[in-house]
Amino acid sequence: MTLPADQAVGGQHASEHIEAIRVDDLHAFYGESHALHGIDMTVYEGELVTLLGRNGAGRTTTLRSLVGLIPRCTGSIVINGQQVVGVPPHAIAHLGVGYCPEERGIFASLNVEENLMLPPRVAPGGMSVDEIYAMFPNLKERRKSQGTRLSGGEQQMLAMARILRTGASILLLDEITEGLAPVIVEKLAEVLTELKSRGYTIVLVEQNFRFAAPLADRHLIMDHGHIVATVAKHELDEKQAIFDEYLSV
Amino acid sequence: MFADIFGFPPQVLFGQLLLGLINGAFYAVLSLGLAVIFGLLNIVNFAHGALYMLGAFVAYFLLTYGGIGYWGALILAPIIVGAFGALIERFLLRRLSGVDHLYGLLLTFGLALILEGTFVKFFGASGKPYPTPAGLQGGVNLGFMFLPWYRGWVVVASLVVCLATWLLFERTKIGAYLRAGTENPKLLQAFGVNVPFLTTLAYGFGVGLAAFAGVLAAPITQVGPLMGSNLIIIVFAVVVIGGMGSIVGAVVTGLAMGVIEGLTKVFWPEASATVIFFVMAIVLVLRPAGLFGKTA
Ligand SMILES: Nc1ncnc2c1ncn2[C@@H]1O[C@H](COP(=O)(O)OP(=O)(O)OP(=O)(O)O)[C@@H](O)[C@H]1O
Ligand SMILES: [Mg+2]
Repeated sequence: MTLPADQAVGGQHASEHIEAIRVDDLHAFYGESHALHGIDMTVYEGELVTLLGRNGAGRTTTLRSLVGLIPRCTGSIVINGQQVVGVPPHAIAHLGVGYCPEERGIFASLNVEENLMLPPRVAPGGMSVDEIYAMFPNLKERRKSQGTRLSGGEQQMLAMARILRTGASILLLDEITEGLAPVIVEKLAEVLTELKSRGYTIVLVEQNFRFAAPLADRHLIMDHGHIVATVAKHELDEKQAIFDEYLSV
Repeated sequence: MFADIFGFPPQVLFGQLLLGLINGAFYAVLSLGLAVIFGLLNIVNFAHGALYMLGAFVAYFLLTYGGIGYWGALILAPIIVGAFGALIERFLLRRLSGVDHLYGLLLTFGLALILEGTFVKFFGASGKPYPTPAGLQGGVNLGFMFLPWYRGWVVVASLVVCLATWLLFERTKIGAYLRAGTENPKLLQAFGVNVPFLTTLAYGFGVGLAAFAGVLAAPITQVGPLMGSNLIIIVFAVVVIGGMGSIVGAVVTGLAMGVIEGLTKVFWPEASATVIFFVMAIVLVLRPAGLFGKTA
């Protein structure tokens, strides 16, 4: 895909503010339990936004609502100009959304290459397999291995890599650094920096604030199914108290 | 000419072995269809025997009213019955996708009763003869046994269909979708694959396999409304032995059980009707997920 650099928002070039995702008064339910209580958020094209919060704050539920995996939700979610509440997940993906789930979701009955090639193209562009293997050389080496035989770090790379092929311009990434060794976390930071420079819009759910802080344009802080604060990159110091309040255990 | 084997004339032994292989071929194709359906729908398709019967009847109708013979029926009947299956999935089973899988099982069981009851009402319970295709009449004397061409063809055709299905699952993009959809249908759908449509296709394909077996059986067993219900109980036992949802498991177990049944007829005829259920009981005790099933 790669948007022209001057369309990127939040970073150096905040010239145009095109809404990639706009959420208004989103409520989500698991059966009777009410998990999201009226979320409002906007993510602009080319922005990297984090969702931070304690366990159970509702970050995964927010991402799952965006891709249509929460059967019961109300309110409005507009992705690339289209209302998606009530739209089946496969149609949402074709608006240019790539989803990397918290549990990684590598398929055991597929080898690495089949996992990589599995998601259908949702938009023109997308990275070529060669580019992806250049970014993640381990995957190329192990392309004939069963998907779930990979190490945790390699599985995470695979879960990321397979949505880069599809032409998706909006990436929803759930806890990609969880449980991984520092070298791999560093590698993922490089990858995200690269993706950001290519103009991808990224929503990153994170626990690891030190990983997220230097990458993100804005941080949305969640607590008990609400977004309780927004902190832009340049406000990190002055709003430190918010992080202490909502993120420390 | 040939010495007896374990005290049995070779004609008897190989004759039963061939019969076992033919039965095994039917078990394999039918349990393969059940495995395909179970993979995406998570239900045991109790209508499978009735749809196998429907395949044979469609072949009979094509011949009687359309003048279309065996070879045409072998292609057309699976397509027609498969399309009927797709409609069943789309308009009945899909409505039950959100509730306990037990309801889907009950629905297919009810469908089987309705289909079989309807055919008994209109055609009577007895079978109608279906001619063996011209090119496959007669047989060849192999010295140690007589091999009817048609029976040999049934084994070959079944194996080819099983192999083709395996290739479809393991070597094609749609096969990758089917495997992924079996594991995690929600995620596959979030990637942009129309999983509800894929599920309809899978059910239609599994049902088409049953109809294919029905056409293969028509010249051997005659075409009767209850031809499926007799067979399907054994096929369910085969599926339990092999493990639900495994493609390779369904085929290998189907063939093996046919052969075991055939050999039992030689060595202990009284036990041949129950040997598969005996194996099933042992497998359930030792490996509840089945020989090829993934233990949770
Ligand atoms: N499948 C489910 N069924 C019922 N309740 C759920 C389910 N998944 C999540 N919840 C509840 O919804 C709330 C939000 O959970 P969510 O998974 O979105 O949190 P999170 O911020 O991603 O936290 P973490 O991933 O660290 O656990 C929690 O109270 C959780 O218990
Ligand atoms: Mg989570």
